[in-house]
Amino acid sequence: MSDRLTLETIASLVPQGARVLDLGCGDGALLAHLQATRGCSGYGIEIADDNVLACVQRGVNVIQLNLDEGLALFEDQSFDVVLQIDTLQHLRNAEVVLRETARVGRTGIVAFPNFAHWPNRLSVLRGRMPVTRRLPYQWYDTPNIRVGTHADLEVLAQRNGLQILDSFGIHNGRAVRFAPNLLASTAVLKFSR
Amino acid sequence: MTFDAALPLQSGASIRGYTLAYETYGRLNADKSNAVLICHALNASHHVAGVYEGQPKSEGWWDNMIGPGKPVDTDKFFVIGVNNLGSCFGSTGPMHVNPDTGKVYGADFPVVTVEDWVNAQARLLDVMGIQTLAAVMGGSLGGMQALSWTLQYPGRVRHAVVVASAPNLNAENIAFNEVARRAIVTDPDFHGGHFYEHGVIPKRGLRIARMIGHITYLSDDVMNEKFGRELRSAVAGTVREAYQYSTQDIEFQIESYLRYQGDKFSEYFDANTYLLITRALDYFDPARRHDGDLTRALAAARCKFLLVSFSTDWRFSPKRSREIVKALLDNRRELSYAEIDAPHGHDAFLLDDARYMKLVRSYFQGIERELVS
Repeated sequence: MSDRLTLETIASLVPQGARVLDLGCGDGALLAHLQATRGCSGYGIEIADDNVLACVQRGVNVIQLNLDEGLALFEDQSFDVVLQIDTLQHLRNAEVVLRETARVGRTGIVAFPNFAHWPNRLSVLRGRMPVTRRLPYQWYDTPNIRVGTHADLEVLAQRNGLQILDSFGIHNGRAVRFAPNLLASTAVLKFSR
Repeated sequence: MTFDAALPLQSGASIRGYTLAYETYGRLNADKSNAVLICHALNASHHVAGVYEGQPKSEGWWDNMIGPGKPVDTDKFFVIGVNNLGSCFGSTGPMHVNPDTGKVYGADFPVVTVEDWVNAQARLLDVMGIQTLAAVMGGSLGGMQALSWTLQYPGRVRHAVVVASAPNLNAENIAFNEVARRAIVTDPDFHGGHFYEHGVIPKRGLRIARMIGHITYLSDDVMNEKFGRELRSAVAGTVREAYQYSTQDIEFQIESYLRYQGDKFSEYFDANTYLLITRALDYFDPARRHDGDLTRALAAARCKFLLVSFSTDWRFSPKRSREIVKALLDNRRELSYAEIDAPHGHDAFLLDDARYMKLVRSYFQGIERELVS
């Protein structure tokens, strides 16, 4: 989900000058974009050595940390926005990190692949796990250990007492506001405590 | 460089007429903005990089990190290495004459702290006409000095690179230092620190101090991989025949290694210096003046940070580096932190690891871009 349009759609959710924590920030492209275009500051969190290096090369602050160990380094409500872009599906303790996102950030933004996107549904109806541009892995070697839908994410957020501020989908880089659980390959949730 | 004016020390004492040995590499640019200060740890000196002419084995202690085209590139940066007060590699130390008494300092050399060293380094920079450092960098005890720079002279540092360090020593670390110090002090050749007058060196104590140090610089895994249970004289045959059945001769390779390291060290290192430097390590604790609150202690820092720790370093563990990271985050300082998964224990900060080297290189390239713009 590194294409430019998707990145810009997500960036547009972040207010000007916000202090941002990006959980699973990858090579730091989003943070670099937020710094350059929206005057944001903050840090990325990454576990992978090559991504930590890429962030330093870009001049993005990065902290090497395993998110499965939690966010004990960060105080309550110490960031304007905490991002979790294509991260949740890799976490063992996805629910804890979702709560931690809302604890550390005044606003949390989660984006992850929507398993209920219609081509995925069709594939499962045909009896096979989907392999798409958005979910390009075979079932036996996918790094996505949490497979869920847009609707599932909403339910999880509500069950944890989070206040949903916005909920929509992204497909081909564009926001999908009508039936996103069916029509969008990416689910986006904006929430607070 | 010799300094006549007295340097007030944290203890309340002062030292005058002292010399600081230093080396520089690369060229200071016109606006004096590209200076990088390298701070050394226990057993190192101002000779951080390069080799001395005609001495092929005289590489500086951080030669893999610093030099032309290296991660800290001396084609771009003006690098300064300073030997700290109390050391035994050129700067004034316990083996030199106290100008107040005309006698060798010995045990009377004033107790110096990390903060005192930083003050002495700052005076040297004053003389060199360097107001602001592009970066201050160090590993282990050197990292403590780098951190202290950002608190004592926040306006004079733009970046701090703090590697395999800690905000203070824990009890276990102080305990190791104390065992080493007792080994030295109880050596009959120590003579209360005035062994110079007796024409002897407390080598036995130094050897044991170094052996303890070496055990703590390595990880369990690396030590097992390097030495395991290998015997020094591997005689073919049964186990019963291979053992010498001696309690005092060297039996295992690890014993041989430690004795060799101890012997080598006792030939060149000063016993009083060992006591002074380990004490400086024990005393360092910037949070102490803030009721143990490291966040408040680091509020003074203004610069950007790169912190690096190594997964198997149990002497200065990643957990200790994360305490610094947390305190800086609480103060909203700019920082990056990397935890390198390396097997070599504390020693890793001096060794070649591609991820570590690339990271430091990239960070310094970023500093260089700031210089240009």
